[in-house]
Amino acid sequence: MIRFEDVSVTYDGAAEPTVRGVDFEVPEGELVLLVGPSGVGKSTVLGAVSGLVPHFTGGTLRGRVTVAGRDTRTHKPRELADVVGTVGQDPLSHFVTDTVEDELAYGMESLGLAPDVMRRRVEETLDLLGLAALRDRPIATLSGGQQQRVAIGSVLTPHPRVLVLDEPTSALDPAAAEEVLAVLQRLVHDLGTTVLMAEHRLERVIQYADQVVLLPSPGAAPLLGTPSEVMAVSPVYPPVVGLGRLADWSPLPLTVRDARRRAGALREGLAEVAGDTAPRADSAVIPPSPSRPHSTSRLSRLLRRATPTAPAPAQTAVIESLAVRRGRVEALRRVDLTAAPGEAIALMGRNGAGKSTLLGALVGLVEPAAGSVRVGGAVPHRTAPRELIRRVGLVPQEPRDLLYADTVTAECAAADHDAGAEPGTCRALVSELLPGIADDTHPRDLSEGQRLALALAVVLTARPPLLLLDEPTRGLDYAAKARLVTVLRGLAAEGHAIVLATHDVELAADLAHRVVILADGEIVADGPTAEVVVASPSFAPQVTKVLAPQPWLTVAQVRNALS
Amino acid sequence: MGTMTNSDGERTAGAGVGTGADAGTSAGAGSERNKAAARERPARWGRASASTAAAATVGNRPAGRGGSPLPERSRELGGAWAQPAAPGAVPTGRPLRRRTRTPQATRSNALHPGAWWIWALGLGTAASRTTNPLLLALLVGVAGYVVAARRTEAPWARSYGAFVKLAAAVLGIRLGFAVFLGSPIPGTHVIVTLPEVPLPHWAQGIRIGGRITAEGLVFALYDGLKLATLLICVGAANALANPARLLKSLPGALYEAGVAVVVALTFAPSLIADVQRLRAARRLRGRPDRGLRGLLHVGLPVLEGALERSVALAAAMDARGYGRTAQVPPAVRRTTAVLTLGGLLGVCAGTYGLLTAEGGSYGLPVLLAGLAAALGGLWLGGRRSLRTRYRPDLWGTRAWLVAGSGVAVAALMIVAASYDPVALRPGVVPLVAPALPLGPAAAILLGLLPAFVAPIPKEPS
Repeated sequence: MIRFEDVSVTYDGAAEPTVRGVDFEVPEGELVLLVGPSGVGKSTVLGAVSGLVPHFTGGTLRGRVTVAGRDTRTHKPRELADVVGTVGQDPLSHFVTDTVEDELAYGMESLGLAPDVMRRRVEETLDLLGLAALRDRPIATLSGGQQQRVAIGSVLTPHPRVLVLDEPTSALDPAAAEEVLAVLQRLVHDLGTTVLMAEHRLERVIQYADQVVLLPSPGAAPLLGTPSEVMAVSPVYPPVVGLGRLADWSPLPLTVRDARRRAGALREGLAEVAGDTAPRADSAVIPPSPSRPHSTSRLSRLLRRATPTAPAPAQTAVIESLAVRRGRVEALRRVDLTAAPGEAIALMGRNGAGKSTLLGALVGLVEPAAGSVRVGGAVPHRTAPRELIRRVGLVPQEPRDLLYADTVTAECAAADHDAGAEPGTCRALVSELLPGIADDTHPRDLSEGQRLALALAVVLTARPPLLLLDEPTRGLDYAAKARLVTVLRGLAAEGHAIVLATHDVELAADLAHRVVILADGEIVADGPTAEVVVASPSFAPQVTKVLAPQPWLTVAQVRNALS
Repeated sequence: MGTMTNSDGERTAGAGVGTGADAGTSAGAGSERNKAAARERPARWGRASASTAAAATVGNRPAGRGGSPLPERSRELGGAWAQPAAPGAVPTGRPLRRRTRTPQATRSNALHPGAWWIWALGLGTAASRTTNPLLLALLVGVAGYVVAARRTEAPWARSYGAFVKLAAAVLGIRLGFAVFLGSPIPGTHVIVTLPEVPLPHWAQGIRIGGRITAEGLVFALYDGLKLATLLICVGAANALANPARLLKSLPGALYEAGVAVVVALTFAPSLIADVQRLRAARRLRGRPDRGLRGLLHVGLPVLEGALERSVALAAAMDARGYGRTAQVPPAVRRTTAVLTLGGLLGVCAGTYGLLTAEGGSYGLPVLLAGLAAALGGLWLGGRRSLRTRYRPDLWGTRAWLVAGSGVAVAALMIVAASYDPVALRPGVVPLVAPALPLGPAAAILLGLLPAFVAPIPKEPS
């Protein structure tokens, strides 16, 4: 259905081709997953299918790409619109009209389908994607998962034979992601649609893939194979594969179910290692502490050592019965939360549950309707910004919002000035977080992970005791995520309190001491990571699901316990 | 794949996924089962046989989830504003009343946005014919009542408040001018005398300060009120008519311009959101987020973001087939160009002829010919566009009534203005209390008709 013949793409002004030697074929009716670290050209490969590369983006494409027999060299994107449906990373920038029903019809209108055909297909698609109740709603009022479904629906109505998706679930909470993936599954199984999809969060999608195309590094030729073959050699892999690699299972399990079947021996082994400290009683002890314990005995020693310092540390932030209103909507109700120095707290919950609002309240962007927020003794929304950044720093969902300057150096100088820090403070932090970055790089040319690190350095320049991060792992690959985790652990060890809002259960399991789950603006669970996460089916990381009832959270913990 | 997409007997709503074979069998069985039913109501369905069968299949299906397809479909086919067949409706009783009772607004029976605009412009025309404050207040009241009765929860509906504020500001400015710059109206009732700013001789005719008379103020008030009423009428149209749907009613050749406006309309809110987000980000950097400087500094990043979003949107639109054109023979293309250009030239020449003294004889015919040629050009140009329209708004009886009520108000006011000009323009010198002329007042009340005939907007869920 899609055929790449020795394709290489060189963008204007780039010395090297972004992708090279791409040569594979996607058969009809398969779901093919495109994986690889950030910056290897996944989006470029996807764009080549819809013809946007090179017709829209510029650059030179060598070789040949054919979709359903049409050569993208001679067919512009608009002439491929009836065979290829493309959904980009941000569904909001995809929408042309303002209501769900019009959006679903837009593509068909462009293709000139007859009105009765359009009407029928819109009704079908509304039901297929479960959007019937939302048909008259303005798109701006929908949640992230709903928007993503509308975006998929809007390219489905012209009945394309190929669907191209770039990170369809990255911005979604686990439940919404499953909603979207279930729809894709249904399309592949029932309609025979060919799906080519790139996604960083492999733990969500790998089990649905028929084949995996791996782009191992920039400019390297891609590798095509079955998921378990490719996962055995891939530099990016989900935790369940990590566990399988650790335990030398072959073929590698891709789903929690497969892994559980094989995990009997591993569970027994772990139970022995864990020894007298029975896992269940131990659950509160397991959370990864800044210095990773190598065995449970060392862990308990560490805990004993930690106890004397723990008793009454001055809380970095205290929230008492906080309520926030947005118009008539109560975004938060009766929220109580404290953050102690050195503590990492993960805020979880579905899109729109109030996570970002809570962070906003902590940083003074949101005024409480009732209750109180105190950060280091100050009331955030009444404190002058210059004062406040010494007490609390927030890295927003889009780190780029924080960056104004043209070069990294200028950005750092501005940060030093803003924070009243000594010149060079910020630059030193950048070098620490992001080694080997040139002074004159434009912040826009950085990758997602690098930009996040730069924003983090800018925020840390003022040395705030409370650090807040909103969805820090959106768009990060596993390597960048691991680096972020290391950095944040170090900060927590230095005594920073960290609160992060995230959908990424693996990140929360890796980093957080405590997990707070929000639903509809209320806290529904607050406790040590292992307890909260093990009890919840949707927020449990894969390792926990595989090794339940033992409360292991990450592959690293298991590795340490075994060694 | 292809067989599935266009196979004749596709299931409609509620069917979930219809694979080719599945849909085929269900349609086959359905047509067997429903032959009788299909025969009974062929005139009403008025479709090709295959889709009649499909529709009948749907009809026999118990109401599916999320809005049963049957009422929707029957409404669509039965006319723009046919009654929704409420499932629990009692069939007996007063049939006429039941048929004429105002329905709840849905996509299918939505009033054509053009009807709202004609209604509002009718009220505006009426307002421009009078300075009687009582009649103007009545017009404002009529517009306000209809807006209150038929406004939806949509974002554009909130613009009414902004227009009312703008109207108040215009009134205030008009009065302010009258106070500070004086008024040409000769008056005897001096209220207060402001100190007059002495101006050099070349600025004679301009006055700053000086006497303020009651007559001057009242004249300014009447005048300002007229402007304010016009603005409120426009605001009412804005609040009641969906701008995107209005643009969808444009002729095919102008479609692309329409899309540009729709995109701009949806971009504005996200631009505001961007400004708010970036101002918040300034605060996170420890810089003041209030004041003009804060706003100026986020200007560049906001523009950058808007540009990036437009590029992403352009890519998405391209990939979704925007701008696909049909092959048109060169002769047609040339004719289109000649007709459009020639038509526009004709319109210009005709207008010139009409306005100059000598051109009285040829002005009107040239103007009309130019207009016809330009419209012909537009129509021919539309053939290049492949587009079809999804559920266009139909112009039904209710649209006629709404538009007609506006036209009637305007026409009756124009007649009244020539019949009894004094009542519509109460004098200010000498100062008299305005009286309410009953005839024009009754005419204005006709403008309330939409509050009773337009479909009732849904309660927000």
